[in-house]
Amino acid sequence: MTTISLFHRSGSWIFNFVQYMGELALLFMRTLYWIFVPSYQGGRFLEQAKRIGPGSFLISALVAFFVGMIIALQMAYLMVKLSAEIYIPNVVAVSLTRELAPVLTALIVAGRIGAGITAEIGSMTVTEQVDALRAFATDPVKYLVVPRFLGLILMLPLLTVFADLIGIFGGYIICVLKLSISPAMYLNMVVQSLAIKDIVTGLIKTIFFGIIIALVGCHQGLTVKGGAEGVGRATTVSVVRSFIFIIVTDCIFTTMFYFVFNQ
Amino acid sequence: MIEIRNLCKTFGHQPVLNNLDLTIKTGETKVMIGRSGVGKSVLLKSIIGLIRPDSGSIKVNGIEVTRISEKEYNKVRMEIGMVFQGGALFDSMTVGENVAFVLNEFMDLDKKTIADRVADSLALVGLKGVENLMPSNLSGGMKKRVSLARVLCMEPQIILYDEPTSEIDPITADAINNLIIELRDKLRVTSIVVTHDMNAAYKVADSIAMFYHGHVIADGTPDEIRNTSHPVVRQFIHGLAQGPITEDENLVFGHVK
Ligand SMILES: Nc1ncnc2c1ncn2[C@@H]1O[C@H](COP(=O)(O)OP(=O)(O)O)[C@@H](O)[C@H]1O
Ligand SMILES: [Mg+2]
Repeated sequence: MTTISLFHRSGSWIFNFVQYMGELALLFMRTLYWIFVPSYQGGRFLEQAKRIGPGSFLISALVAFFVGMIIALQMAYLMVKLSAEIYIPNVVAVSLTRELAPVLTALIVAGRIGAGITAEIGSMTVTEQVDALRAFATDPVKYLVVPRFLGLILMLPLLTVFADLIGIFGGYIICVLKLSISPAMYLNMVVQSLAIKDIVTGLIKTIFFGIIIALVGCHQGLTVKGGAEGVGRATTVSVVRSFIFIIVTDCIFTTMFYFVFNQ
Repeated sequence: MIEIRNLCKTFGHQPVLNNLDLTIKTGETKVMIGRSGVGKSVLLKSIIGLIRPDSGSIKVNGIEVTRISEKEYNKVRMEIGMVFQGGALFDSMTVGENVAFVLNEFMDLDKKTIADRVADSLALVGLKGVENLMPSNLSGGMKKRVSLARVLCMEPQIILYDEPTSEIDPITADAINNLIIELRDKLRVTSIVVTHDMNAAYKVADSIAMFYHGHVIADGTPDEIRNTSHPVVRQFIHGLAQGPITEDENLVFGHVK
């Protein structure tokens, strides 16, 4: 391969990336526009929220529970050596609320709901249902994207709050049963270590994660080409891209909080 | 009235519409014929604005639509109904909700009125008591008819039919053809009907246009088309495997040896 063709290849890669980001930004603007323009899609929003929230609760709670236990155990290995077991509840609470619960919940929802959104809207695209919406003077962004977008930015923070609580309970099991920290002590340490800002920064992130999952999922669905196979491909791409965007966004946020706000 | 002038649309390197001219007068039923893949669906989608043409002009009731905004287009679309080739029913909704789509979205009607209008529209296409079924439980032909009922429910001035009778049994197909005629005679609906069924074409058409290589090569009354001397049109309407169309495409259909 010559240098020229290498350049062309990387050139088109950059071009595609910029174009993709532009399309996502445009979809974001159109979504915001339709959120504030009547008629409101209240019923459809509730329907989506119901699908996203309760459906994902069990799996995200399960993961948070085990992650809480795992953090406590890992820390126990280290802290027992330093006779600092008493700080384990702090570590569990802070790492869960600031980082792990928001990110893991977002990844689970991206896999479960983001993929579902792409598959559903994608099959509507290939069977001309999206065309039919437009033919009936209905904007697909208003009708399909807005309810999912709002459903995600409502439910993801809620799921994360539950994940926080259940993860902390997972840590409790280990600390109380294995490390003989008293229940009162555990709760005391958790409450002391947690500042409101830990929880809030975690939740702010989840709103952005929700936006990412909704935009990437809907965009892939609306741009599907080529029948059932195309829908399958779009679904995979949707999950992979959501994962990458979530992790990168999380890194940006954490860096920002650390350097800018010294937290 | 729909006036199409010099319409062009290219997908990639493939020109699909190539300087296409076509006029459909108000209250007229125009039948479009042409081989699969020639761009009939693309033309219908261009008229209703799902595909934006590269150049040329489309006037719907005097409004130049090729360059108007989506919002402006939506006003035009309220007068146009399209029956999609595959039905395009919303598969998350029941048949009744599909048919009532426009009523639910744009009109403030009570439940009873909506239910009545849905039942009336379904009756027009020969369906009864299917309101609570899901589209996935319908046959291809039934989907097409529900799709037509959904369009009738919005009472449009213009209806675009994309192969409305394919996949439908001959008896129901004839009933649908009668319905198309009745809509023209009683409500002065302007229609474009894409079909491969020449008998249906002769029956419903005020005029028939043949589509070839991206433009209209013949446009005339059913009798004129039936008695044409144009070799390409003759091959198509008589459905012959040998002729100028297949020679032009270097198509040699296989022979069993
Ligand atoms: N959205 C699209 N993108 C790319 N090519 C398209 C698109 N829609 C139609 N085509 C191409 O245009 C040609 C005409 O298609 P169509 O109008 O569906 O044919 P038909 O006359 O059978 O309805 C086909 O070759 C098809 O591949
Ligand atoms: Mg077609």
